[in-house]
This record gives sequence, C-alpha cells and structure tokens, in this order.
Amino acid sequence: MDIVIENLTKRYGPQKAVDNISMRVATGEILGFLGPNGAGKTTTMKMITNYIAPDEGNIFIGGKPVTENPHEIRKHIGYLSENNPLYQEMPVIDYLSFCAEIQGVEKNKIPGRVIEMIRLTGLNREKHKKIGELSKGYQQRVGLAQAIIHNPKILILDEPTSGLDPNQIVEIRKLIRELGREKTVILSTHILPEVEATCDRIFIINKGKIVADGTADSLRKQARGSEILRVRIEDGQPDQIYKALQSVRSVSIVEFADRNLNRFDIHCSAGDVKREIFKLCVEKQWVLTELTPYETKLEDIFRDLTMN
Amino acid sequence: MKTIWLITKRELNSFFDSLTAYIMIVLFLGFSGFFTWISGSDIFLMGQASLRSFFTIAYWTLFFFIPALTMKLIAEEKKTGTIEILLTKAVTDRQVILGKYLATLILISIALAFTLPYVVTVSKLGNIDAGGVLCGYLALLLMSAAYSSIGLFTSSITNNQIVAFLSALFIGLFFHIIFEIIASGMSGLAGQIINSLSVTYHFESLSRGVVDSKDLVYFGSIIFMGLFLTEVSLAKRNGYK
Repeated sequence: MDIVIENLTKRYGPQKAVDNISMRVATGEILGFLGPNGAGKTTTMKMITNYIAPDEGNIFIGGKPVTENPHEIRKHIGYLSENNPLYQEMPVIDYLSFCAEIQGVEKNKIPGRVIEMIRLTGLNREKHKKIGELSKGYQQRVGLAQAIIHNPKILILDEPTSGLDPNQIVEIRKLIRELGREKTVILSTHILPEVEATCDRIFIINKGKIVADGTADSLRKQARGSEILRVRIEDGQPDQIYKALQSVRSVSIVEFADRNLNRFDIHCSAGDVKREIFKLCVEKQWVLTELTPYETKLEDIFRDLTMN
Repeated sequence: MKTIWLITKRELNSFFDSLTAYIMIVLFLGFSGFFTWISGSDIFLMGQASLRSFFTIAYWTLFFFIPALTMKLIAEEKKTGTIEILLTKAVTDRQVILGKYLATLILISIALAFTLPYVVTVSKLGNIDAGGVLCGYLALLLMSAAYSSIGLFTSSITNNQIVAFLSALFIGLFFHIIFEIIASGMSGLAGQIINSLSVTYHFESLSRGVVDSKDLVYFGSIIFMGLFLTEVSLAKRNGYK
C-alpha cells in the first residue's frame, strides 16, 4: 500500500500548521520526516492516521481516500504517537491482546502475535508488569509493539526512538529497517544520523512547507552543488601550490585550511579533480600526504533549510 | 458489536483495577442500606412491606455517584492522550462511546443487583408488591442510564475530571430538582411542560408501578441526546462539522 498526499493544508486559527504539502510514499519505502519543532510533522501524521481531518487536500492510502471509510483503512495502519500514550494501569500482555483484538486480529492468533511482539521488542522480562511500572524505554517498546501487532501495511511512527538508550536505539532501528522491507513506513525524528541509518528517503518540512525531498546523497548534492576535498601537499611553497591548485580544471575555490602544514580545502564541481591533483603533484614532485573528500553533514543541510 | 464489547470489557476492568468500582459499590450499599434499614424514614418506621424508602434513597445516591463514575471515561483519555491511540485503531467514535457507556451501565447494574437481598428480606416481612418493585428497579436503571449519558457528555467536553464531574452534577441538578421547583411555582400548561422535564416526575410515575410509554420516551430522549452530543463533541477535534 502506498500513501499519496495531495495539497494538504491544516490551519489552527490563522496559523497554517501544514501548508499545501504533497508527497508520495511507495510500498516498501521508509520515509524520514524531518523538521524543527512545530514544523507540522505531527499534524501531518495525525491527518494520515485520520485522527484529525485536513482543511484542504486529500490523503489516499492504497488508492482510497482515508476519510471515506476510515475504520477499514485504520486496520492497515500502525501508529505510534509522539508522547506514546498508553493505559498505565493495564498489564503489558493484556494491553497488547486488547490492541490486537480491536484491530481485528483473529482470536486464535492473538496469543501467538502477542508472544511474537514481546520477543521482537525485547519485553520478555517485563511482560507481566503493568505498563505504568515500566521505564520510559520499555514503554516505548510497548508503544511500538501495539503499532505493529496487527501486521499493518503502513507504519506511522512519531519519534520512535525517543527515550531509548543507545543499545535500544540500534535494536529498534534494525527492527524498523526489517519492517520497512515490505511495509510503507513514515517516521519522524529530530535525530539526523537516525534518518541516514534507517530511511530510504528524507522529507524536510519547515513552517508547514516542504523544503527538501530526496535521498541523503541527493540532498547533499543539492545543498552545495559541489564537493569539498581536504588536501595536504608537502615539499613545496604554499603560495606556489595554491596557485597551481587554482589552475586545475573544475576547481572553483581553494582555501588555506592550515598554511603552516600546507593544508588546503578545495571546492570543486564534479569531475576528475582527485586524479588531476595527483598528476599535478607528480609533475611538480610534491608529496601528497592527505586527500579526503569532505562530506557536507546532514546537520548543515538541515540548518540551512530550516533556519530562515 | 464485538468492538463495542471489547471496549466495554476494558473499561470494566479499569473500573475494578482502579478500585473505583469497589468504592462505588461499597459506598452505594452503605448509604442505601443505612437509610433503608437503620435511620430516617426507614422501612420499619413506614411499617409497610415496601421498598419505597430504598428507591428514594437510591435515587439520591445514584445522582451523586454516577458523575463520579463517568467523569474519567473520556476526560482522562484526553488528558493522557490515549484517546488518540484508541481512535486511530479500527474503531468508530460511536463504538468507543457506546462501549464506555455500556460499561457504566453494567457497573451500576452490578451495584443494584447487590440490593436484591433487600427484596427477599422485605418479601419475608409481608406481602410485597412485586410489580411495584420491578418498576422501581426499572426506574432506577432508566434514571442511571439518563445521568450516565449526561456524565459521558460532560466528560467528553473537557480533559479535567473535576470539571466533568461538576458539570454533570450541574446539568443533573436541573433534571433532578430545579425543573420540579420551577414548575411548582407555575400553573397551567407552562407548569406542566416544565414539570414533565423533571426526572423526579417521571421517576415517581414509574416507581408507582405503572409503565407509561411517556416515561420511557422521556428517559430515551435524554439518553439519546447525551450520547449524540458526546459524539458531536468528540468529532469536534478534527473539524468535522
């Protein structure tokens, strides 16, 4: 099942929380939904799950509008909401069975599903406790378990790894990746490395508007349009080297990173710049001791796109 | 129907897990038992094999207890946010509302069932009017159903349980006594109309032992209005009009 969103708008009073967003998420794709606080991520997700209705625009899941027969479509959606609200007074097993049953899992399959979820999310030691007695990390696992217990085709996860320790984060990311092979997943997060680690595609919104859409690599290219190389060349005069480097084809800017160590940052558009630099050094009998492609960090892209 | 029952079961469990149910049943039996058998215008003072005094007491105790039961039903879920998880599952708003409503009615019925020994005791004391007793219980159940639907509605308009409790009492007060008081100061058609809005009027007419369709329609309308408004107020979250 895919998700198609067309010209989605939601207003809270005069403020537009979501402003004319369109996107498409294909089956088996994991979409990372990024944006600063208050950008409209959660509102969009609530509209996809049909908890709130959009003011304008349409959402189609598997080709059908979500508002048409919400109660049928919700059977295919697993939703983990932002603050992970759970019935604190319910024991873990009871809660998971309740969720399975209400989502229409066949009665004889429920115990099996519950056990599977408990194993999958590592809740085995805590399964007899009441949810309110669990730590935040374990509650987060319960939240995830209730979202996937009915084996939904679509997963909407609002900050799935918040409150988890680093080991748990790695486990949960792995789990999401596995789930994402056959399901359509939308996950929102503030943690940028998480997006790179789990998502196929990144979608950045700011103040309700789309500011970027693409893979991590394509966003990097788009953001800078160039590559940065850090080079250290020994056995030569800094100024001489500087001039020589500037004359290399496709190099746009050369900066001194450290004059004393003969270190340079070279901004270049695509092309065989690394080869050219090597040839240049051979020709002039310089020694090339460092050549590192310098990646633009996703953090920088994010900041560039959302700060203004 | 299966989904409604599922929600009802969960609500009932939550009533019993949180001790609300036990406290409610013990207090209800304590109050009604005390005033029926021991103090005030109790059965022995009346000198009749009748449960009239019990019905009057239960009429008042339920009036206060029902808002206490219903106040958390939706308000608490709104406060903790669990309503969002519940309503994004394969349920309709209506199923959630009916499930919660049914749970309240079942709990009240359980409390009322515990007073059945009163009936047995009184019937041993003298010749009891079986029809009257049956109608009395029916009146109590219908009245509870009406106040539960009002309570459910006030619980849906706020995420503060105290506000839900007080608003339910406030609205209930009109039906319980205010309409009656206003009507007593008026004569003619206006007085009759206002009096017919009073729960007391219909409760007494029913517990006298006559099942009149007017009374059934009256309670039915309050229940319907309460549940309908609850649904409207839940739907307001998403701008559906």
